[in-house]
Amino acid sequence: MNGFTLTPVETKPLSFSLPVIGAAGGFVGLFVGTAHGSGLMGVVIGAVALMVLAYVALVVLGLAQEKITRWGLVALFIVAGVLLAGVPGFVLGLLFGLFFSWFIFWIGEGRYRANLAPYLTSGQVLWHYAFRVICGAIFIFLITPILVVMPLSFNAQNFFTFTPEMLRFDPAGYSLKHYQDFFTSNEWQQALRNSLLIAPAATVLSVSFGTLAAIGLSSEHVPFRRAIMAVLISPMIVPLIISAAGMYFFYSRIGLQGTYLGVVLAHAALGIPFVIITVTATLVGFDRSLTRAAANMGADPVTTFFRVQMPLILPGVISGGLFAFITSFDEVVVVLFVGSANQQTLPWEMFTGLREQISPTILAVATILVVISIALLTTMEYLRRRSERLRGMSPS
Amino acid sequence: MSDSTHTGPMLAADGTPLKRSLRRALRAQKMRALALIAPLLIFVLLTFIAPIVDMLFRSVENQIVGNTLPMTVEELRDWDATEVPDEQVFRALFFDLFLAAEAKEHTKLGSRLNYEKSGISSLFRTSGRDMNDIGEVFQDALEEIDPAFEEASTWVEMMSGGARAEPNARLMSNQIARLEALEATTFSGDAEFLPGAAISDILPNTARAYAAFAAFTQFVDGKSVTKEEPWEAVYAALALDLEDPATKTAIASYAGPGADNLRQAAAATLPPIAMRDAFFESNKDWANVTFWETIKTYSPPYTTGYFLNAVDMEKTPQGIALRSEDERIYGILFQRTMFMSLMITFSCVALGYPVAWILANLPTRTANLLMILVLLPFWTSLLVRTSAWKVMLQQQGVINDVLVWLGLVADESRLVMINNQFGTIVAMTHILLPFMILPMYSVMQTIPPSYLRAAKSLGANNWTAFWRVYFPQSVPGIGAGSILVFILAIGYYITPEIVGGTTGTFISNRIAYHISSSLNWGLAAALGTILLAVVLILYWAYDKIVGIDNVKLG
Repeated sequence: MNGFTLTPVETKPLSFSLPVIGAAGGFVGLFVGTAHGSGLMGVVIGAVALMVLAYVALVVLGLAQEKITRWGLVALFIVAGVLLAGVPGFVLGLLFGLFFSWFIFWIGEGRYRANLAPYLTSGQVLWHYAFRVICGAIFIFLITPILVVMPLSFNAQNFFTFTPEMLRFDPAGYSLKHYQDFFTSNEWQQALRNSLLIAPAATVLSVSFGTLAAIGLSSEHVPFRRAIMAVLISPMIVPLIISAAGMYFFYSRIGLQGTYLGVVLAHAALGIPFVIITVTATLVGFDRSLTRAAANMGADPVTTFFRVQMPLILPGVISGGLFAFITSFDEVVVVLFVGSANQQTLPWEMFTGLREQISPTILAVATILVVISIALLTTMEYLRRRSERLRGMSPS
Repeated sequence: MSDSTHTGPMLAADGTPLKRSLRRALRAQKMRALALIAPLLIFVLLTFIAPIVDMLFRSVENQIVGNTLPMTVEELRDWDATEVPDEQVFRALFFDLFLAAEAKEHTKLGSRLNYEKSGISSLFRTSGRDMNDIGEVFQDALEEIDPAFEEASTWVEMMSGGARAEPNARLMSNQIARLEALEATTFSGDAEFLPGAAISDILPNTARAYAAFAAFTQFVDGKSVTKEEPWEAVYAALALDLEDPATKTAIASYAGPGADNLRQAAAATLPPIAMRDAFFESNKDWANVTFWETIKTYSPPYTTGYFLNAVDMEKTPQGIALRSEDERIYGILFQRTMFMSLMITFSCVALGYPVAWILANLPTRTANLLMILVLLPFWTSLLVRTSAWKVMLQQQGVINDVLVWLGLVADESRLVMINNQFGTIVAMTHILLPFMILPMYSVMQTIPPSYLRAAKSLGANNWTAFWRVYFPQSVPGIGAGSILVFILAIGYYITPEIVGGTTGTFISNRIAYHISSSLNWGLAAALGTILLAVVLILYWAYDKIVGIDNVKLG
């Protein structure tokens, strides 16, 4: 599919391309029109303008001057955008210009068929692209909320919304004051310290216990394997509110409620299923003859574990640890109940902030957390590839 | 094995039968595996399973009534629940409530019973305050008869029966145990005071009341009983004992310390003991039979009351019945939780299926790039995503701004998309979508694309090829993803709490409310147990369909 053409591309008749491009123009015109008072006028103007542009581009100027035509179209759209809506219009004009300069030639020259099998009917071609548009919309749904948070965290106002200054790209509308607030406020700094104290401690606990147990679980003859597995995975399955309620009642009985130890133990329990799952998955691909070979050459079990087995399953252990870390770092329900005011973590601070006083500092924290999660995601991907390489598979 | 001269069982190198040697090796292996698992298993059992079991226990536990009003519960056992109990019950109630009020535990009992019958909490609160006044009548009368009754030393000497008297240690340890149950702690150390056996026989009520006073003074207040004047209940108990003519004759022949004071008190006329009227005067609701029914119904140490409450039922004298229409909230809440979880699951299937399909059918390089768009939300903090949805959905939020800017919605009629079911469903669909896409994707990756082409070349149209060939093979992925999303959705707390308002909340929000605001822990535990049962059934189904071992992450 890549680089070669499945179906020869041929110029489509104007009776097909002009209405299609016109319909697209009308669709965009609808929105521009409603924003300026009359939707119907927008549709008509948009459709007619695009048909004229398409005619000029495809017939008058022709394929020979495609490049120049494209740049001209982009410039035209930008000018129209600025005239209609000022600075934000510039961005929208640029985007629409790039889209339509590509779209006109894509439709008009029939390039959309190039990557599809020649025997497909028009309906199937239409469905093929409609499906991609639907998927694109779902991807946008997935990613937009996360992207929206980032620019808002630079808001100069104490609002949760885009101010007119921000939309005009006026530098006065942006500031770093919410980040400053985060880094200077005692409450947030205490929360950050708590998070950075509790999460690693919980991670160390769950990784050390979890790895040992995973090694035990993956040996061939384990009695009650299924039952044990069900118990060990249960912290992931039981709703957090139930775990939190149970731990609150139980830990207050034994005096652990409101202590760091209580929160660390609770978070370690929640992280264990992730360690078990990732490490057992890694051990499935572990070649047992290696440990036998090591034993054969005189290594005792401890040496074998640290010198032979551990380096090979390390990627799995680390990614399990990352999961455990993020579970604790991101956890709010259990810490709300098991912790007290002294153990307020970042998510706790964000939660109370969201519920009570809404301050964009939360969005600054959110942006920092998104950056951290991108870093973690990259680490995980790297580890996955490394693990596959170590196991002799070609990374995909 | 070619050695045909050997006919016995096959032997290992050291001469033991191979079978046994093998079994031993296997057992060693098993033990090693278990030894590796044991620390974690114990850790999880202690930090996670024990709390859950504790919560299950709490949902039926109801010891507070028996612990706070032990004698009243005893007296009520034979009460037939037709009319207000007699004087005997009220006398028991006086001593129980007096001690509870001193220990400040009576309001807890009041709020506990208030969950079952509203109005009962003020009954206990107001009467708890009046206990001193009721007892003070007898204190004043006795002190007027003989001023020695004001002295702490008179009482200690009288009730211990002198230095060499035989002590009644059992009575004292009973009272200490009762106080321990009431305060839900354990006291250490020996009792400073022990009541005399002889005086306990003559003045049973006084001895009991004084022992309770002594235990309270020593263990709760941390003071010495020899320096404290007894509280009013002890005087009332003495008046009660002296009411009995048999006691008077016993006192006449009694020779222990304080016998003279007692004889003097026995000879005088004390105010009449009418606890029933005194309680009615304190709060007329004591004459209300339904309150007494509630106390009797919830007096056993274990109750199904919380569970009945959790399913909108209640115990009535006629048996178990549905609550009245306007008090039924949990049925609606469970229904809403189910409905919204199903909606979220369906939305996730609808949105996740095309994405999983396209990820499974695109070239690997492109698919991996697009996968980042799925994994990034998966790895992003839940609170980040929830706050993002708050930003998006508010009335002054991004979506409304865009709609207004486009002119699709007038500025004054901005859409209400948050603090209702819509907000919760949208936000949670977004949050749980990766959990649907990932299992679907891993199943769809294994379906060979050639099947679809084969179906088409055999004459199937697009739809038939998909529906009859591809879809059935992708069903395991849908099943795995749906159960996972449903399990996660049904117990969600944070997102509904922030974007759900009042109509978009789940049963978990109610549980949290009962733990932290209304403090009705038993009901919270009962609701939690029901929710847990639903989740465990689904977990079991998930294990059957997918297998816990096959859960994949990322």
